[in-house]
Amino acid sequence: MMRTWLSARRLLPLIAVFGTVLAGCGREDLSVLRPQGPPAESSLGLMKLAISIMIVVLLIVFSIAAYVLIRFRRKPGQDEIPEQIEGSFKLEVLWTVIPLILVIVLAVPTVRTVFALGENHSGDKNAIKVKVTGHQYWWEFEYPDFGIKTAQDLVIPAGRNIAFELTTNDVLHSFWVPSLSGKIDTNPTGATNRFSFSAPKEGVYRGKCAELCGPSHGFMEFKVKAVSNDEFKQWIEAQKAPAVLPEDPALAQTFKDQCLKCHAVGDQGLAVGPNLTGIGSRESVAGILLNDDTRQDGAPVEENLKTWLHDTQGVKPGNRMPDPSKDMGLTDDEIDRIAEYLASYKLN
Amino acid sequence: MDWITTVDHKKIAILYLWAGGLFFGIGGIEALLIRWQLIKPMNDFVDAQTFNELITMHGTTMIFLGVMPIIFALMNAVIPLQIGARDVAFPFLNALGFWTFLFGGLLLNLSWVMGGAPDAGWTSYTPLSTSAYSGTHGVDFYTIGLQIAGLGTLIGGINFLATVITMRAPGMSYMRMPMFAWTTFITSAIILFAFPAITVGLVLLTFDRILGANFFEPGAGGSPVLWQHIFWIFGHPEVYILILPAFGIISEVIPTFARKRLFGYSSMVFATILIAFLGFMVWAHHMFTTGLGPVANALFAVSTMLIAVPTGIKIFNWLFTLWGGSVRFTTPNLFASGFIPTFTMGGVTGVMLASAPADFQFHDTYFVVAHFHYVIVGGLVMGLFAGLHYWWPKMFGRMLNETLGKWTFWTFIIGFHLTFFVQHFLGLMGMQRRVFTYLPNQHFDTLNLVSTIGAGLMGVGTLIFLTNIIVTSRKPPDAADDPWEDGRTLEWSIPSPPPEYNFKQTPLVRGLDALWKEKMAGNKGMTPAEPVGSIHMPSATPLPFIMSVGIFIAGFGFMFSRDDFGGGFVSFLFNNYIVTGLGLLITFGSMLLRSLVDDHGWHIEPEELEGR
Repeated sequence: MMRTWLSARRLLPLIAVFGTVLAGCGREDLSVLRPQGPPAESSLGLMKLAISIMIVVLLIVFSIAAYVLIRFRRKPGQDEIPEQIEGSFKLEVLWTVIPLILVIVLAVPTVRTVFALGENHSGDKNAIKVKVTGHQYWWEFEYPDFGIKTAQDLVIPAGRNIAFELTTNDVLHSFWVPSLSGKIDTNPTGATNRFSFSAPKEGVYRGKCAELCGPSHGFMEFKVKAVSNDEFKQWIEAQKAPAVLPEDPALAQTFKDQCLKCHAVGDQGLAVGPNLTGIGSRESVAGILLNDDTRQDGAPVEENLKTWLHDTQGVKPGNRMPDPSKDMGLTDDEIDRIAEYLASYKLN
Repeated sequence: MDWITTVDHKKIAILYLWAGGLFFGIGGIEALLIRWQLIKPMNDFVDAQTFNELITMHGTTMIFLGVMPIIFALMNAVIPLQIGARDVAFPFLNALGFWTFLFGGLLLNLSWVMGGAPDAGWTSYTPLSTSAYSGTHGVDFYTIGLQIAGLGTLIGGINFLATVITMRAPGMSYMRMPMFAWTTFITSAIILFAFPAITVGLVLLTFDRILGANFFEPGAGGSPVLWQHIFWIFGHPEVYILILPAFGIISEVIPTFARKRLFGYSSMVFATILIAFLGFMVWAHHMFTTGLGPVANALFAVSTMLIAVPTGIKIFNWLFTLWGGSVRFTTPNLFASGFIPTFTMGGVTGVMLASAPADFQFHDTYFVVAHFHYVIVGGLVMGLFAGLHYWWPKMFGRMLNETLGKWTFWTFIIGFHLTFFVQHFLGLMGMQRRVFTYLPNQHFDTLNLVSTIGAGLMGVGTLIFLTNIIVTSRKPPDAADDPWEDGRTLEWSIPSPPPEYNFKQTPLVRGLDALWKEKMAGNKGMTPAEPVGSIHMPSATPLPFIMSVGIFIAGFGFMFSRDDFGGGFVSFLFNNYIVTGLGLLITFGSMLLRSLVDDHGWHIEPEELEGR
């Protein structure tokens, strides 16, 4: 009785864990287990096949192990020598052939999916082309067909195939939107990678960098925003519109002199750092300060921009942006007003 | 002093054990710090840079300086005894191998106090590991420290190859060799072919960093993907260098405590060779997301899945060794029995990872972290615990405490599953690996907390093991020649611990499980193959130690050769490679000495042998 209770207690944490896992399976916009697009679905399909096979294998091994360990335990006083069996050709052939069959069952769909996912969509006329460039620690998205660049928020029309071309500007990164597709590395030019996915449903999906790329690797997040075709067209037009600068001319000048040396808005500035056009309507600041007016997941965009500009290294250690007050000599007031301006720079 | 000059394989085994144990402890502390940082979202226990140094050093230390030396400790302690030899083939080289490993390891760990540990991950992918993106000397410590330590491993591997090939007792054909001797032999062969790859890689990376070469610099025609190929051509076989000895240990422990011979011995040998062979064919499964294209991905996916077949043969053979046996659950056998299901779990996730399109999702996430910890900790470390408890009486002449041993097992295995089982789900839910923290509300919080609690429990298990060692070492030696009573192989036919010369008379081997065969025939011990005679022994020498110190100094000199020490004498010494030259002079001088001075060793005469 005591013993049963003890072993049950040992299982409690495991049961608790299973409970949590099965109740959640993670967020719809993030989890591999809740796919929102075709490539993620085919990956999950293979996973389900593999895990079914593997659970069968595990059950067999576990039951034999449990049986053997209980049944053949040496009892007190048991002193005879068991028969010394050399082996069994039949049995050994059996457990060579069965795994081989299981491997083939898994290998065939694997190979098929590898080639299906490896298809090159760059020549597809209906696909939207996007050039992804990884930077320490932000993502640049260029739409060569429309002549625009943006950062951190990848806006795509729902249901359309997106043909990606991926490179990096510095170290290796890996582009990953778990609920939409598996990951692919961004290598330097010369080893440019291509792949594609689509998001049938409108919504915002969380993306991550999956390759260690320096201190803020864990913070190199981005969002994929799938919108309707019309919204996408509007967004493209708004991106192309001339830059909106701060109303106060003095502040506008400061912004031009200091910020636009690296950043770009609309048709102005240099796009060495993230393009800031319409940053007020993005999902996050710096990828990780989530914009949320309800304050459940984050803070309003203006507050996030202030947090960021006052302490860039604190928010994202090791990033390459100079500190606005220490390195660029901006006053706290100027920083706040630039934050307010950027927060109000919304598209539409 | 005796320990510095020794060339006796049994003492070198103990040196390997203490040094490996020390680094294992350091790696364990690093692991606990990592888990502590990840206990809750947005934790600021350590900063991002320190975290990356911790993960890099944890991986590097555990693999190269923790588990490999402990494997070498067991090989050194056991292999000559199991094959009926008086020492390894090259005792001097054996000592040299240990000392280069130790000084390489020390050099690597000095990085913690000398301005920055390596921070580019244990895989050191370029360009992150080039001087442009990793500005401290961290990666230099990695390249040069591992180079020196790797020298020791290569020397050790070659030595065991020669030992097993040439020094088996009369009658011990290959197919009569104990399984642990077989896996040691195959492991050494893998070392021989895999380590040159990492050696070359480390040289190229060192040249890039210190001499400004461009092997991996994309801007100058180099390729960062090249490093990945070189690294994994070494790195994947390395996994088998680690796990095959554990297979060997399990194949020794289970038959002993089941009182049965190993089921399907010849298929076990064949499976081992096949695993080693396939191990070299599958390196690119670490690179499915690199963009090698569907053809490469498909080929490497299928070849990787094939490894499941020989591994499955092993699992079922172990289970059927237990089947029909008379199984006794001593601590070593607890670990061995725990090994089977745990390692199987790591194995099946390995097959899942091999399915390339699924790996696009698994790769670089906590799913992979869970998988390789199931294999390396759940497999190898459990195997090492089994082996250490099993051979401890033979190495030290003292039985470890069984009660404490059982506590070690239960805390360790429960902690282990608690730590790593949940990580499978973390990965699938979108948590990438090597992140120093994570945002809240992603469903990562609870599972990370559970994982950290489990890690603490594993720490407790390790501490209980240490306590066991300390408690045991204070008691007088009590181990019989054959303390587990059902010993099957040659090492159990001689006293515990063995005398310096191991076998007074080389034994005659008349079958597999030589000692068991004699016992079943009613004999008290082995039948000797030779009359008692004068035994030749190699002389103790400090030269291996001095040679390693020389390499250590040369490494330092080379590493800091470009540094500005504020002018003056120190700069002069380093910048003109004088320190490097001095170090090399010590090493090559010692080599010259070794070549020129004839040392014929010494003899133990029969009178002395009988007098004991």
